Amino acid sequence: MITALLIGWPLVAALLVLMTKGAAAKKLALVASVIELGIAVAAYVQFRHNPASAFFTMDHYWVSSMGIKFKIAMDGISLLLVLLTTLLVPFIILSSFKNEYKNAPAFYSLILFMQMALVGVFVAMDGFLFYVFWELALIPIYFICLLWGGENRGKITFKFFVYTLLGSLFMLVALIYLYQHTAGKHTFEISALYEAGRSMDAAHQAWIFWAMFLAFAIKMPVFPLHTWQPDTYTTAPTAGTMLLSGIMLKMGTYGLIRWLLPLAPLGVAEWGHTVVALSVISVIYASCMAIAQKDFKRLIAYSSIAHVGLISAGIFTYNIQGLQGGLIQMFSHGINVVGLFFIAEIISGGTGTREIAKLGGIRNVAPRFAVLFLVVLLGSVALPLTNGFVGEFLLINGLYQYNAWFAAFAGLSVILGAVYMLRSYQGVMLGETNSLTASFKEIGFAEKAVLVPIVILIVVLGVYPKPLLELTEPAVKALIETYPLK
Amino acid sequence: MKDLVGLIPLLPLLGWFITGLFGKKLSRTAAGLIACSTVLGSFAISLGLFFEVEHLETHRFTVDFFSWISAGTLQVPFSFLIDPLSCLFLLIITGIGFLIHVYSFGYMHDDDGFARFFSYLNLFVFFMLLLVLGSNYLIMFVGWEGVGLCSYLLIGFWFKNTAYNKAANKAFIMNRIGDLGFLLGIILIFLTFDGNIGYAEVFDKAKYMSSGDGTITAITLLLFIGAMGKSAQIPLYTWLPDAMAGPTPVSALIHAATMVTAGIYMVARSNILYALSPVAMEVVAITGIVTALFAASIGLLQNDIKKVLAYSTVSQLGYMFLGLGVGAFTGAVFHVMTHAFFKALLFLGAGSVIHAMSGEQDIRKMGGLKKALPITYMTFLIGTLAIAGFPLFSGFFSKDEILAHAFDHNKVLWFLGMLGAVMTTFYMFRLFFVTFWGKFNGTKEQQYHLHESPKSMTIPLMVLAVLSLVGGFVGLPEIIGTHRLEEFLAPVFADSKMKLFHAPLSHDTEWTLLITASIVCVVVIAFAYQYFVVKGRRPAEEGEEISPLAKTVSNKYYIDELYEALFTKPLNWLSDKFYKIFELQVVDGIVNETGKLVNTLSGVLRLLQTGRIGFYLFAMVLSIILILFVTTF
Repeated sequence: MITALLIGWPLVAALLVLMTKGAAAKKLALVASVIELGIAVAAYVQFRHNPASAFFTMDHYWVSSMGIKFKIAMDGISLLLVLLTTLLVPFIILSSFKNEYKNAPAFYSLILFMQMALVGVFVAMDGFLFYVFWELALIPIYFICLLWGGENRGKITFKFFVYTLLGSLFMLVALIYLYQHTAGKHTFEISALYEAGRSMDAAHQAWIFWAMFLAFAIKMPVFPLHTWQPDTYTTAPTAGTMLLSGIMLKMGTYGLIRWLLPLAPLGVAEWGHTVVALSVISVIYASCMAIAQKDFKRLIAYSSIAHVGLISAGIFTYNIQGLQGGLIQMFSHGINVVGLFFIAEIISGGTGTREIAKLGGIRNVAPRFAVLFLVVLLGSVALPLTNGFVGEFLLINGLYQYNAWFAAFAGLSVILGAVYMLRSYQGVMLGETNSLTASFKEIGFAEKAVLVPIVILIVVLGVYPKPLLELTEPAVKALIETYPLK
Repeated sequence: MKDLVGLIPLLPLLGWFITGLFGKKLSRTAAGLIACSTVLGSFAISLGLFFEVEHLETHRFTVDFFSWISAGTLQVPFSFLIDPLSCLFLLIITGIGFLIHVYSFGYMHDDDGFARFFSYLNLFVFFMLLLVLGSNYLIMFVGWEGVGLCSYLLIGFWFKNTAYNKAANKAFIMNRIGDLGFLLGIILIFLTFDGNIGYAEVFDKAKYMSSGDGTITAITLLLFIGAMGKSAQIPLYTWLPDAMAGPTPVSALIHAATMVTAGIYMVARSNILYALSPVAMEVVAITGIVTALFAASIGLLQNDIKKVLAYSTVSQLGYMFLGLGVGAFTGAVFHVMTHAFFKALLFLGAGSVIHAMSGEQDIRKMGGLKKALPITYMTFLIGTLAIAGFPLFSGFFSKDEILAHAFDHNKVLWFLGMLGAVMTTFYMFRLFFVTFWGKFNGTKEQQYHLHESPKSMTIPLMVLAVLSLVGGFVGLPEIIGTHRLEEFLAPVFADSKMKLFHAPLSHDTEWTLLITASIVCVVVIAFAYQYFVVKGRRPAEEGEEISPLAKTVSNKYYIDELYEALFTKPLNWLSDKFYKIFELQVVDGIVNETGKLVNTLSGVLRLLQTGRIGFYLFAMVLSIILILFVTTF
C-alpha cells in the first residue's frame, strides 16, 4: 500500500498544483513534497523495525491477457533510491523559490509528476511497468527543459530527448525479447525475466546485455554516450538540472543493478570488462574535461560524469563493496550535486555570470556562503568524514578486487577532482572582488534553507553512514547470492 | 584516564565549533582563550595517559566508539589505540600545539581573521590527534586528509592573495597524489590480511610472515607514497616551501613540528610490515638521504628566513626517513620529537623576527638584530645549536642515533648523512649570523620599529628553548647513559627488532662516531663564523653576478619549473585540446552527424526539426498506455 501511495500522492499533488494560481503553486508543491518525504520516512521506519516482512509489495494484473502486472515493491535498494528522490524534491522545489517562473503551476506540477515517475522506476517489479515509468519520467523533464530552459534550449532539448529515447527503445526491444522467452504463460514479472535471461546462451545474453546497457549508459551517462549531458545540464533551469543529475541519472545506475546484472550473467562475463574499462575512461576523461571548462555549471556537469563513471565501474565489479559503494555513492552524489548546482545558481544569480575567470573574491562579501560552498566541495572531492568518502572508498575497494590497475586509474579522480574543484573555488570565491562580484549579496534564509540541511547531511552521512549501509546490505547480499554471475 | 580518551580530540573539535560558529560574536580574548584551553585540556589528559600506559601489562588498550563503515567483510570501527607511540605523539601535538596557540595569541592579534585562525588551528589539532589515535589505517587516513584540509585552509589563510591561494591548492593536490597511494595501500592491506585493516590484527598476522613477500613490499611502498606526500620527500616535496605562505605559527605547528611528521608516524606504526620488506626499507632510506642532501643544498642559498627553515625541514624529515629505512625506528621517532622542539622554536623565532621587522622576510635586509631582540636572539641560538647537532643539545643525540644506525647499515649512507649535517650546520649558522650579527640593513623605518615581541610570544620561545636544550637527555646512547625513550617505545618496536636483529656497534665505534660528529659540527660553526662574521660576507644581492651552479641552486634546481612543464601545463593543454577537438568535434560531432544523416535521408523526419517531436513521442507513449488500459477493461 505504502508503495502505491508513494507513487499516487505526487500524481494527485501534481494535479492539485496545476489547479492553483500564482505563488500558491510553489508552496503547495513544497508541502506536498514534504508529505511525500514523510511517507518515505514512514516506510523506512517500518523497514528498520522489521526488515524481513517489509517489501511493501503490491501485485495486480494490469493487462492480464499479456501477462503485464502492476507489480511494485521495495527492498533496501529501492527504498534507498525512493528516499533519495523524496529527500531531494523538496530541496529542488525550495531552490526555485526565488525565481518567478512564468506559468509556475505547470512548472511545479511537472516536478511532482516527474517525482511520481521516478519513484515508479525505482519500485517497479514488472518489466513493462518499469519501461512505462522510465519513459514517463522523460516527459516532464523534457517540458521543464524546453519551456523554462536557457539559451538554445530547443535544439539541445531535442537532442537530449532523441538520444535518451533511442537508448530506451533498445531496452524495450530487449524486454520484449526476454518476455517472449519466459517459461509457460508469458509474463513481464521481474523474476521470470531473470530466469528467461539466465537460461539463454552466451550470444543471446550478450545482445540483451548491450541493449539494456545502452539505455542505462545514455541515461547516466557514460563515455562516449555523454555529449547530450553537458549542454542539457547547462541549459536546463536549475530545478531541471537538479532533477536530471540528482535523481534521473540514478535511473541508469539503478537499472544496472536491478535490470541488467542479474539478467545476463554470461553477457556480463563476456562484456563486463569492456564496460568497466569504459567507466574508468569516463572517470578520467570527464575529469580532464572538467579541468578544461570555463563555465562553472558546465564544470559540475562534467564532474558528475566522472562520479557516475566510478559508480558504474563499482557496480559492475558485482562484489559487495563495489555494489554497496555504488549505492551509497548514488545517494551522496545526489545530495552533493544538487548542492553544487544550487551554488552555481546562487553565483550566476548574484553576479550575472557563470564564467569562472570573470568571478573572484566572493568570499570577501559572503563569508557564510563561502563556508557552505566549501563543505559541499569537500563532499564532492570525497574528503573523509564527508558522505563522498564512504562511497568512494568502497567503490575503489571493490574495483581493486576486480582489477588493481582499474582501481589505480579510477583513483586518479581523487587527484583530478581536487584539481578542478579547488581551482574553481579559488577562481570564484577567493582573491579580491571585482566589479561583478563586489555587489554579490550574502545568502539569506531562502538559500540557507537549502544549503544548511545539505551541508549537515554531507557531514552526518560521512561520520555515520551506517543507517544507509544497513539499509541496502541485505538486499545486496541477497542479489549476489541468488543471482551469482557464474 | 581511559574514560577520557575520547575527550582528547573532542576538546579541540569543540573549540573549533565555538570559535568557528560564534567567532564574530566572541571577543578576541575569549576566542583565543577557548582555543588555547581546549588544547591544554587535551594535553593534560595526554600527559595522564602517558604515565598510565607504561604501567599497563600490555602497554596498550583500545577504545571503541561506533562502527563507521561496514560492507561485507570490511568492518571499520571508529576506535582509538593508546600505546607508547601514540602517547608520545599525543604529547608532541598537544604540548607544542598549546605553546603555538599561545604564541599565536600575540602574533595574530591584529589580524581581522583572529577567531577564524584559531578555529582552523583547533580543527587541525583535532585531525592530527585522530591521525595518531586511530586504531586502524582508515582512521589514520581520516586524520591524514583532515590535516591536509587544515593545511590548505591555513596556507591560504590570507585568501585575497592569489599566490597564497595557489600555494594552498598546490599543497592539497600534491598531498592528494600521495593520498591515493596510501588509499590503495590500505585496500591492499584489507585484501592481504583477510579483511582486516586494524593495527592489532594486521600486525599480529604479519609477525608470523616471512621476509621478502612481494605483496608486503607493494603495501609498504604504496603507504610510503602517502608518506612522501605528507612528509614532503622527493619527488613530492615542492609544496612545503610554498606552504610558507601561511602565517608563521602555522609553519611552526603544521609544516614543521606535527603534520609533516605524519609520514614518519605512519612508517613507524607499520614498522613490522617494513621490517618484512628489505626492498621497501632500502627505498625509504635512499629517498630519505637523497631528500636530506638535496633540500639542504637548496637551503644553503635561500634568503627568505622562512624558506631556509622550510628546506631545512624537508632535509630533517629526510634524516628521519633515513633512520626508519636503516631500522632506527626509535631514533627516527626521537628525531621527530627533538625536531618538533627546535624547529618549532626556530619558526616561532623567525616569526618574532618578522614581527619585529614589520613583515620583512629577506635576511639580507636584516642584520644586527641581537641587540633589539635579546630573547629571540638567545632562543634562536639554542635552536640553531640544537639543529646543528652541537654536543649535548637535543638534536645531537637524535641525529647521532640515526647516523650510528646508518653507519651500521652502510658506510656510504653514514658519510652522506655527515655531509648533510655539515650543510645543515652551515646554512643554519649563515641564517643566524646574517640575521642577528653584523649591522642592520633594513630601512630606517624598520629600524625605528624594531622591538622584542610580547610575552605571549617570548614565553613559548623560552619553553621551547629549554626543551631543545635538554630534550635529548631522554635518549642517551648506551655508552653514556640510559635511553629512556627506547625503553618506553620498546613494546611498539619489539617484533620488528627481532626480525631485523643485528649486533650492536662496538663501544669504540660509537665513541668514534660521536666524537667525529662533534668535531665536524664545531669546525663548521667556526668556519661559518669566520666567513660571515670575521670576513663579513653577505648573501648575494638581487641581480648580483653569481656562478651558474649557485644560480641553479638558488633557483631550487628549477624543479618547480620542471614540474610545471612536465605535469601542470600538459594536463591543462591536453584537457583543453581534448575538449575542443576530440570532445566537441569528434565525439559530439559523430552524434550530430548521425542526426543530420537521418534528417537528410528522411523527409518525414525533417519535420521534427521544428521541435514538435516531443509532442509526437509524448502522444505515442501515451497512446500505448491508453490502448493497454482500454484492452484491460
